[in-house]
Amino acid sequence: MELLDIGIKFILIVVIFLISLVVAMYSTYAERKVAAFFQDRVGPNRAGPWGILQPLADGGKMFMKEEIIPTRASGLLFIVGPSLAIMTACIGSAVIPWGQSLQFGSRTVDLQVTDINVGILYIFGVVSLGVYGIMIGGWASNNKYSLLGAIRAASQNISYEVSMGLSIIALIMVSGSLSLKDIAAQQHGFWANGYFTWNFFKQPLGFIIFIVCAFAETNRSPFDLPECETELVGGYHTEYSSMKLGFYLFAEYINMFISSAVMATLYFGGYNYPFMDSVAASVGPNAAVILGVVLMFAKVFGFIFFFMWVRWTIPRFRYDQLMNLGWRTLIPLAIFNIVLTGLFMTFFK
Amino acid sequence: MSTFYFIAFLSIFFSLLVIFAKNPVHSVLYLILTFFTFTIHYVLLNAQFLAVVNFIVYMGAIMVLFLFVMMLLNLNKDAEPGKHYLVKLAGVIAGGCLLVTLVGTLKLTAKSDPVILQNANLGLVKNLGKVLFNEFLLPFEISSVLLLSAMVGAVLLAKKEQRATV
Amino acid sequence: MEPLSNKRKVLDFKPLTLLERSYLPEIAKGLSITMKHFFKKPVTISYPEQKREFSENFRGQHSLKRDEEGKERCTACGLCALSCPAEAITMTAAERQPGEENLYREEKYAAVYEINMLRCIFCGLCEEACPKEAIYLDGDIVPTDFLRKDFIYGKDKLVEPPLNQ
Repeated sequence: MELLDIGIKFILIVVIFLISLVVAMYSTYAERKVAAFFQDRVGPNRAGPWGILQPLADGGKMFMKEEIIPTRASGLLFIVGPSLAIMTACIGSAVIPWGQSLQFGSRTVDLQVTDINVGILYIFGVVSLGVYGIMIGGWASNNKYSLLGAIRAASQNISYEVSMGLSIIALIMVSGSLSLKDIAAQQHGFWANGYFTWNFFKQPLGFIIFIVCAFAETNRSPFDLPECETELVGGYHTEYSSMKLGFYLFAEYINMFISSAVMATLYFGGYNYPFMDSVAASVGPNAAVILGVVLMFAKVFGFIFFFMWVRWTIPRFRYDQLMNLGWRTLIPLAIFNIVLTGLFMTFFK
Repeated sequence: MSTFYFIAFLSIFFSLLVIFAKNPVHSVLYLILTFFTFTIHYVLLNAQFLAVVNFIVYMGAIMVLFLFVMMLLNLNKDAEPGKHYLVKLAGVIAGGCLLVTLVGTLKLTAKSDPVILQNANLGLVKNLGKVLFNEFLLPFEISSVLLLSAMVGAVLLAKKEQRATV
Repeated sequence: MEPLSNKRKVLDFKPLTLLERSYLPEIAKGLSITMKHFFKKPVTISYPEQKREFSENFRGQHSLKRDEEGKERCTACGLCALSCPAEAITMTAAERQPGEENLYREEKYAAVYEINMLRCIFCGLCEEACPKEAIYLDGDIVPTDFLRKDFIYGKDKLVEPPLNQ
């Protein structure tokens, strides 16, 4: 029995890992396709029907390319950088509840790798580790543009982590738990006791702060200053080539996937959907759970699309504007949000 | 228990590497690894909250700043000024004092009973929060005031310098 | 100073209001504009399958013409090579042998006629220089290739196919 449990967990881990890799892979394709549609073009359409094999072609190209390690780079760290970046991107998915539990006879299978009671904090930890991949890579390249890009990335991540944490505190005050499983379970259905259950409707300001910070943490446009071509050549990955560069680019997309999943879970109900109880009553519990998983992924893809939509709309911020926004706007706003939430909870509950 | 010894060995190994690494950036990276082993220690002690906070605050924030400064300093061997022997002597004395203190404390701990927690799940967030905000409310708040004053002091120092240049 | 024209406009920079400083309305406006484009028809012409219509005076790959009886018009006079500013054209002349009257119109013909497509600038001066109306730049876009030697087009690629085929 023990062994079977471990086996199920193992399968779940492998499946989630593969899903995040495939989603990241197809995010590169989706990014190019979405960018094309926003610019009245058609995008990649040569590799396979509608260019559906384009990510495989890109990956193959990345592997085939010549591997260049600068002679003055510090060898081991140069390799550690991208590995760390992709590793920290991947391990974030461990605490996200992808769905409720499935029932196979007497056996219950949780669709979450592990439910640690400090789930949100774990994600914060992983996110804050992510910056090391960039910093180590940038420093080990022994190139001033790489170093500047790495420093930008680090200071940007540290600055936005603060307001991200503060916006989460208000959410935790509402939910009363740090476990992502509990938070998702609390948003059951869509409407209960005369109000929306999803946290977005309880914490709209917190959500806006969180999504802005998520953009900054994943180094996505309009906050993609670490790889600002006009000023820094390629940013922290200027000296990287072949699959090491591929790892950095890939890590960005995995980060996007994970942060979309976190946003969906924290603010948009995760696997919950309207009328889920009546659906479960009519089609059976397992089918309803699977529908929940599908809707969870739909929400995640919605957020990924939003990431891309914003990228092809808004121009890049200037660095001082970025810092001003982080420290002078978002942090006071997040603190204000905490105070507001506290007042609301004291006087209306 | 063997996990503990393995992790403890890693902690000591990496902390020794922090001291012996020639390159300051490498030594900061080893320090990060040392903190990571500390995090594992906290997990082994069933103190999840402390583990995660150590992870976020020390590994994720403070060490990033350390690394930041080290990368910008560009400490080379030839740029390092030769140390005066008086400084070296002071260093030896200070280190000796630390060693004596450490040995003394170790001797004491050998005699004292091992600490037994009344509540094995004290490290979990809920219990820790209740303890902090009930029994230890005053020390907790005072320490937060201490941090606040440190923050105000840092801002004051930064501001003062700016005014002088303008 | 007197303004040189009456086009000068004095701009007044008002400090941004709170709503403007939050960027949010402007971001929403921008997002709606890009979303409009998302549903527009793409303007792309996928090249090898679809072709953009060429203009009347488009100059593409050269072709050496035949007359109405299918004989090659070129007499290897060399005027095209002389007029070529890029010096892309070379040729070797040969005398028509008895029995070849149905192949070549005049007594002299070009045994070798080569155009280096990497040098050619498609100016059309050869076309203008030709007294026999033998060369026209009425072909398609010159295709790409991998080796320099493959860009030197001989008579096999340049001469029009015979009439009866």
